[in-house]
Amino acid sequence: MTTVAVKPATMAQALTRALRDAMAADPAVHVMGEDVGTLGGVFRVTDGLAKEFGEDRCTDTPLAEAGILGTAVGMAMYGLRPVVEMQFDAFAYPAFEQLISHVARMRNRTRGRMPLPITIRVPYGGGIGGVEHHSDSSEAYYMATPGLHVVTPATVADAYGLLRASIASDDPVVFLEPKRLYWSKDSWNPEEPAPVEPIGRAVVRRSGRSATLITYGPSVPVCMEAAEAARAEGWDLEVVDLRSLVPFDDETVSASVRRTGRAVVVHESGSFGGPGGEIAARVTERCFHHLEAPVLRVAGFDVPYPPPMLERHHLPGVDRILDAVGRLQWEAES
Amino acid sequence: MTVMEQRGAYKPTPPPAWQPRTDPAPLLPDAEPYRVLGTEAAAKADPELLRALYAQLVKGRRYNAQATALTKQGRLAVYPSTTGQEACEVAAAMVLQERDWLFPSYRDTLAVVARGVDPVEALTLLRGDWHTGYDPHEHRVAPLCTPLATQLPHAVGLAHAARLKGDDVVALAMVGDGGTSEGDFHEALNFAAVWQAPVVFLVQNNGFAISVPLAKQTAAPSLAHKAVGYGMPGRLVDGNDAAAVHEVLSDAVRHARAGGGPTLVEAITYRVDAHTNADDATRYRGDAEVETWREHDPIRLLERELTGRGLLDEAGIEAARQDAETMAAALREQMNQDAVLDPMDLFDHVYAEPTPQLREQRDQLRAELEAEAESEGGTHR
Repeated sequence: MTTVAVKPATMAQALTRALRDAMAADPAVHVMGEDVGTLGGVFRVTDGLAKEFGEDRCTDTPLAEAGILGTAVGMAMYGLRPVVEMQFDAFAYPAFEQLISHVARMRNRTRGRMPLPITIRVPYGGGIGGVEHHSDSSEAYYMATPGLHVVTPATVADAYGLLRASIASDDPVVFLEPKRLYWSKDSWNPEEPAPVEPIGRAVVRRSGRSATLITYGPSVPVCMEAAEAARAEGWDLEVVDLRSLVPFDDETVSASVRRTGRAVVVHESGSFGGPGGEIAARVTERCFHHLEAPVLRVAGFDVPYPPPMLERHHLPGVDRILDAVGRLQWEAES
Repeated sequence: MTVMEQRGAYKPTPPPAWQPRTDPAPLLPDAEPYRVLGTEAAAKADPELLRALYAQLVKGRRYNAQATALTKQGRLAVYPSTTGQEACEVAAAMVLQERDWLFPSYRDTLAVVARGVDPVEALTLLRGDWHTGYDPHEHRVAPLCTPLATQLPHAVGLAHAARLKGDDVVALAMVGDGGTSEGDFHEALNFAAVWQAPVVFLVQNNGFAISVPLAKQTAAPSLAHKAVGYGMPGRLVDGNDAAAVHEVLSDAVRHARAGGGPTLVEAITYRVDAHTNADDATRYRGDAEVETWREHDPIRLLERELTGRGLLDEAGIEAARQDAETMAAALREQMNQDAVLDPMDLFDHVYAEPTPQLREQRDQLRAELEAEAESEGGTHR
C-alpha cells in the first residue's frame, strides 16, 4: 500500500473549508462579522470568502456585536442562514441580549413558526498569550440558555464536520472554536471528502480501563497528553471528548464511567458554576453505583482570566490532571 | 534651509484621510412637526384616505378601551394602552404593502391588529397563554417585542436580506422615546444607514418612558435629529395628525423602496393612559397636562377636518362608532372564553428536535400531570 503525502491542514483551514463548502452548497449561507471580509478575520478563518463569494455573502459589518447578531436575526427571519463571527470570546458579551432574549427563544415564542438557523462562531479560551478580554471560556453562559446548541471541536476533522452540521442546523448554534488549537494539525486529509459530524455525540478519543477524563475543546489534547503520562503511574485513562455541551451526550459519558468507575472532568472554564458541576452531577445521578470515588473537577481557577504571563498557572495542565486522578481513592482497591 | 524657511514653505492641509462627507443639511428635520389637518396641505389630502384613517382611529380607540377593560376583568394580565397614539399605530400599518414587514414593540398591539392580525391572537402575549399568538409570516408582523429597541436590528437585517435577494420589501420598525436611549437603537440605525437598508424607523415620542419624561432621556435637539449622525434623513411629524403621519411614513416607505435607504421619523404624541393598567400616572404628571392633549386628540383633529369639509356627518360618525362596537363585542366574547392550555407545549419548539434531556423532563411533567389527573378523579385527600 502506498501512502500519498498530503500537507496536513490546520484547524483554522478546516474551518475555512467548512465555511466555503457550506456557502457553495447553499446560497442562503451568509458570513458576517468584524474584519471577516477583506482581512479574512483576525484568525484568517474567513480567508478568501469575500473574494470568492462577494462582499454581500461575506460581509465586514460595523463594529457592534449586538448589531451583528441582531441583524443576523432579521436575516434569518427572511430565510437566510447567517454565520456570525464574534471576534473574541469576551467581545461576544454585548450581543448577549440578542442571544438570550431573541436568538435562543424565537422558535419557542413563535411555536416553531420562526426558527433561527444562525451559527455564532466564537473563538474562545486561553493559552495564546492574549491580553485581558481575549481568553475567556464563556461556555457556561451559553449552556445555561435553553434554545442554544453549544458545540466545540477539538480535532481538525471535527472542526470541519461539526461546523458543517452547525450551519445546516435549523437551530441556533454557538460554535466555540478553541483558539489555541487553530494552528494544530492532525491526520485530517483536506483532499478527501470530509464527513459532517452530527451534533450531540461525544466520542471516546482514547480507550482506557482505570478512569475517564471527560473534557472538550482546548483541554482534549491536554487530557490525551495526561493519559499518556499516566501510563507511567500504572493508570490506563479513557478520554471522552464531549464535542457538544448542548445537547449533552449522557449515554457515551455514562457508558464510559460505568466501565471505568472513576471520572475527572477537565475544562478551562472556572470551576464554580462551570460546566464541570453539571457534568459531575449528571454522572453521579446516572452512575452512582458504579463509582469508586467522587467525580472530581480540574478547571480554571475562579478568578478573572489572568494576564498572559500568569496564565500557565491558571490553565489545567497535565500535572494538575494527574494529581486529580491520584485522588480517586485508589487505596480502596489495593 | 533654516527652520524659519521650512515653516514658510509649509502649507496647512486637512488631515490626509479627510474628505467632505454627506451634507447634513438635507437630513435635518423641519423646525416644527409636520402637520396636515387644519393647514393648507389638508386640501391636497385624499378624502377617501382621510375617511379610512378616521374609521381606523375610532376602532383603535375602542380596541384600547376594550383591552384595558379586559385587564380589569382578569382576562388580560396587562395592557400597555395606546390611547391618544392611535394615529401612529394605524398609519404605521396602513402605509405598508402586503409584502412589507412590521416590527412592533410591546405597546404596538393596535398596529399589529391594524395590519390584519387576528385581534385575539395579537393579545396572546398579554393574556399569557403563550408568547406570540400569531404566525409572523402570515401578515409579515414580527412578534411583539418586550426588550426595548431589540427588534430594530431585526428589521434592519430583514430589510437587508430582502434587498440582497432582490425583493421589493420595506421593513417598518416601531419604538418609543425611551427606547431611543438603548444601544440597540444606535446599532440598528447605524447598520441601516451603512447598508442603505430599506427600513423606516418610527419613534413614537409619547412624552414618557413609564414615568421618566423626555428631558431626562435625551439632550438631543429632537429625537429626529439623531438621524443626522447616522447619515439618514430625520423627519419630525405631529403624531396626532393621522394625515400627516400617514404622509410622512408613506414618503419614507417610498424612499426606502426606491433604494434611498432608511429614514428616522419622530412622531410627537402623548400617552393619555398610564404606562399600563398597573401603573399610576398621577405620581409623575398632572391632570392639566393630560387635558391639553385631549384638545389635540387624533380623533378630534381628524373629525374636525372631515366635518368642516363636509366629508363626514353625524350618521358617518355613528356608523364608525357602531363598527367599533361590533369589533369590541366580538373581541370581548372571544376573550371571555378560557384559553386552551396544554402544559406539554412547554417542551415543543425549544429545538427542532427535543434534546435527550428535554425528553426526560417532558416525561417527568407528563407523569406529574397523570398523577394530578388521577388524584382529581379520585376522592379528595
